[in-house]
Amino acid sequence: MWSWVLHRITGVSIFFFLFAHVVDTAMVRVSPATYNTAVETYKNPVVGLMEVGLVGAVLFHALNGVRIILVDFWEKGPRYQRQLTYGVVGVFVVLFVPFVIRHLTHVFGG
Amino acid sequence: MAAPTLAPPRSPRGRAARGGNFELNSWLFMRGSGLLLLVLVFGHLFVNLMLGEGIHQIDFAFVAGKWANPFWQVWDLAMLWLAMLHGCNGLRTIINDYAVRLNTRFALKTLLYFGTLVVIVLGTLVIFTFDPCIDPNSTLDVCRMK
Repeated sequence: MWSWVLHRITGVSIFFFLFAHVVDTAMVRVSPATYNTAVETYKNPVVGLMEVGLVGAVLFHALNGVRIILVDFWEKGPRYQRQLTYGVVGVFVVLFVPFVIRHLTHVFGG
Repeated sequence: MAAPTLAPPRSPRGRAARGGNFELNSWLFMRGSGLLLLVLVFGHLFVNLMLGEGIHQIDFAFVAGKWANPFWQVWDLAMLWLAMLHGCNGLRTIINDYAVRLNTRFALKTLLYFGTLVVIVLGTLVIFTFDPCIDPNSTLDVCRMK
């Protein structure tokens, strides 16, 4: 139930981010200076923290998506659905923690 | 002479039989595109945010360097199309679930399809018409060789 709710919330959030992301990348067609100003925003510490949230959302959505695929297509998926949920949480932590450390080192370390 | 065939008692009739398989196909598409996006998006995040100086390396020259290679052009194009269609289909499901009034559903879906189309067209044009030497005074290697 909660993973279903989170899947929707993260999905919608990522989709809205894509609008902003394609528009900021489109600035490469305006001029190098315009694009550089646009990506400069992403290097701001506050936006850097929001990116942590974004990557967390992508990571959860991806791993939970794999769980859904396994429940749908793997014959033993429904039986192990609880373990699969623990797996999603476990793999999420294993991938997310190193990302946060490295990314925040970049954001705050200069 | 062949024996007369009888339809199985629970075979669908009417709309279900004629309606095509759009919902089944879109359900399958979500799973297929999801798996592809897993590779495309994680590759994108790893190369752009984890390797090198991470977020600090990203500027016009970085984009020019990546799109000089058709590999990354195809990568980004596939990511753009699949992500937008995957997201659009996800939002379509959510609108179907929560928007009750017929006019609301129509308005939201129109907005969704229009927005998706604009982003896909804009992104595709940007990838294919990208010019690393758009600035005549560019100091990038590709532009100085000319």
